[in-house]
Amino acid sequence: MNHWLTAPILIPLLGGILQVFMGYAPVSLRRTLALTTTVLILVSAIVLLVLADDGSYRAYAFGNWAPPFGIVLVLDRLAALMLVLTAILALFCHIYSVGGADEGNRQFHALYLFQLLGLNIAFLTGDLFNLFVAFEVLLIASYGLLMHGAGTARTVPGLHYVVLNLAGSSIFLISVGMIYSVTGTLNMADLALQVPRVSGEDLLIVKAAGMMLLVVFGLKAAILPLCFWLPRAYAKATAPVAALFAVMTKVGIYAILRVYTLVFGDQAGELAGLGMDWLFPMALVTLAMGVVGAVGSESLKTLVAWQVIISVGTLLAAMSLGSEAGTSAALFYLLNTTWVVGGLFLVADLISRQRGSAGDRIVTAPRMHNRTFLSTLFLIGAVAAAGLPPLSGFFAKLLILQAATPGTQMAWLWSVVLAGGFFTLIAYSRAGSIVFWRTVDGHVENPGRLSGTVSVSAGALVALSFVIVVLAGPITRYTDATAAQLHNSSDYIEILKTPMVGKEE
Amino acid sequence: MELAFALAIGALTASGVYLLLRARTFPVVIGLTLLSYGVNLFLFSSGRLATGGQPIIGSTSQYSDPLPQALVLTAIVIGFAMTAFVVVLALRNLADNEDDHVDGYQSERTPKLKTEEAEVSEK
Repeated sequence: MNHWLTAPILIPLLGGILQVFMGYAPVSLRRTLALTTTVLILVSAIVLLVLADDGSYRAYAFGNWAPPFGIVLVLDRLAALMLVLTAILALFCHIYSVGGADEGNRQFHALYLFQLLGLNIAFLTGDLFNLFVAFEVLLIASYGLLMHGAGTARTVPGLHYVVLNLAGSSIFLISVGMIYSVTGTLNMADLALQVPRVSGEDLLIVKAAGMMLLVVFGLKAAILPLCFWLPRAYAKATAPVAALFAVMTKVGIYAILRVYTLVFGDQAGELAGLGMDWLFPMALVTLAMGVVGAVGSESLKTLVAWQVIISVGTLLAAMSLGSEAGTSAALFYLLNTTWVVGGLFLVADLISRQRGSAGDRIVTAPRMHNRTFLSTLFLIGAVAAAGLPPLSGFFAKLLILQAATPGTQMAWLWSVVLAGGFFTLIAYSRAGSIVFWRTVDGHVENPGRLSGTVSVSAGALVALSFVIVVLAGPITRYTDATAAQLHNSSDYIEILKTPMVGKEE
Repeated sequence: MELAFALAIGALTASGVYLLLRARTFPVVIGLTLLSYGVNLFLFSSGRLATGGQPIIGSTSQYSDPLPQALVLTAIVIGFAMTAFVVVLALRNLADNEDDHVDGYQSERTPKLKTEEAEVSEK
């Protein structure tokens, strides 16, 4: 039992509750406390990352109930990586929101912290039903955040988002029920033991449940037939919220990675590799669809929203190679794409504030203010996202391409990823040259002042691409170790032997 | 009992899915509610149907599994909160767009968003 595991859950929970009750406190106090909470989350995530780096599994059993009967939190390298990824993104988005985006709703900080609470539970939990609860916590907070801000533009995309996710939750519950009815457990470690023993008619039930789970996670991750809600919702959301949502699709990807390597992994007998043969073609089609959307975008935020779908496709394509190298490359790409896409949402918002009525639409407009600074940020973000050297996107894509084994799979992966990268580049060049260079005479009325907080946070998030390149050695070592740990899931089952407090063995 | 139970789940889910695919927010909300009823009953049945069973192993020959009941309780609470939220959202959609179509407008009418953009570009 390691009590540190509860820190990334308790900190946002307590901080969020505090925010709920101080809605009428001075705004500076609320902002300071909220930012302190996010910093504390980052600190606890880094502590857990250091703990997890020794390669062992740590478990925390709620209420001292021994697994598989109670709910457990499990910390391994993957969980720690996701926590740090989220905490860093969340911190910069939070700093950005303090620059004015948090006004207009007294509960913004509370919702923001509850969103982090849901994300952290989802990454740490070792229980399938608890994963459902975590999804609901992060979803209800995200519904509130999505609607944050003035205007009516968000109502319809928000409604679509909520209804789709409610239908997704129903499917999740049905598949959880089907799995429980056969295996009698929802603890993921216990499921990894029980699923290989399933036989006969029960096999079909678990198979159907596994495929339905893939649909649910695919909806969260925005895989192709389930991705059309995303661009409108993200493009209409307030900038720091949209940037934070860059990690929301990654929760679906995390869930796929966790459940389908542990429960339906290589040792799962007849159910080994369930759904993986579907995932590879779907991922490539998602990638292609994202590129088509990006080329056809009418505004910068829509362009970045389609970039989210492109990265989902690339990530899943690398993951579904099923090799350790593929998973490691996917995790490296995950770090790069989440931070850069988050940064690009913030940069797009800064640009739209400087262009008056033209906003973030890709049209000819009077010359914007602070053009040099903003265009540099956009250039860095675009280069990192499209995967050009010398930034991190290039190295991530290189690792993914190297992970493919020669054959048809390699031919498909290489052609789609490379052609996709080329057309993404065209989309960014077109958007950038129209927005920054094709200007007309005239002046922008009432440009918002570019304050220090917003420029620093947007710039820092995009510049993390440089940090990833500099630290590429240690990061690759960590993602390699994570992939090895994931593909050797027999050790995960050891958490069932977690000793309880006060019980002599 | 199993047949009646299965038919109830099937009827609830089928009508829920049908209503979910309607174009107005009111039937969609009702559809979500019916769907969640069906799902809750389904979850309940995953512990096997038994009458008069106690949830303690060894106390009776036929024992009932208490865990699905805990799962259903959680699912009911969450589903209730989500339905309340979606009702508020549907009302806001009605107020914002003066229409309870799920897209905010009907296809034959020009979308509001487009006209605003057209005005801006004309300027």
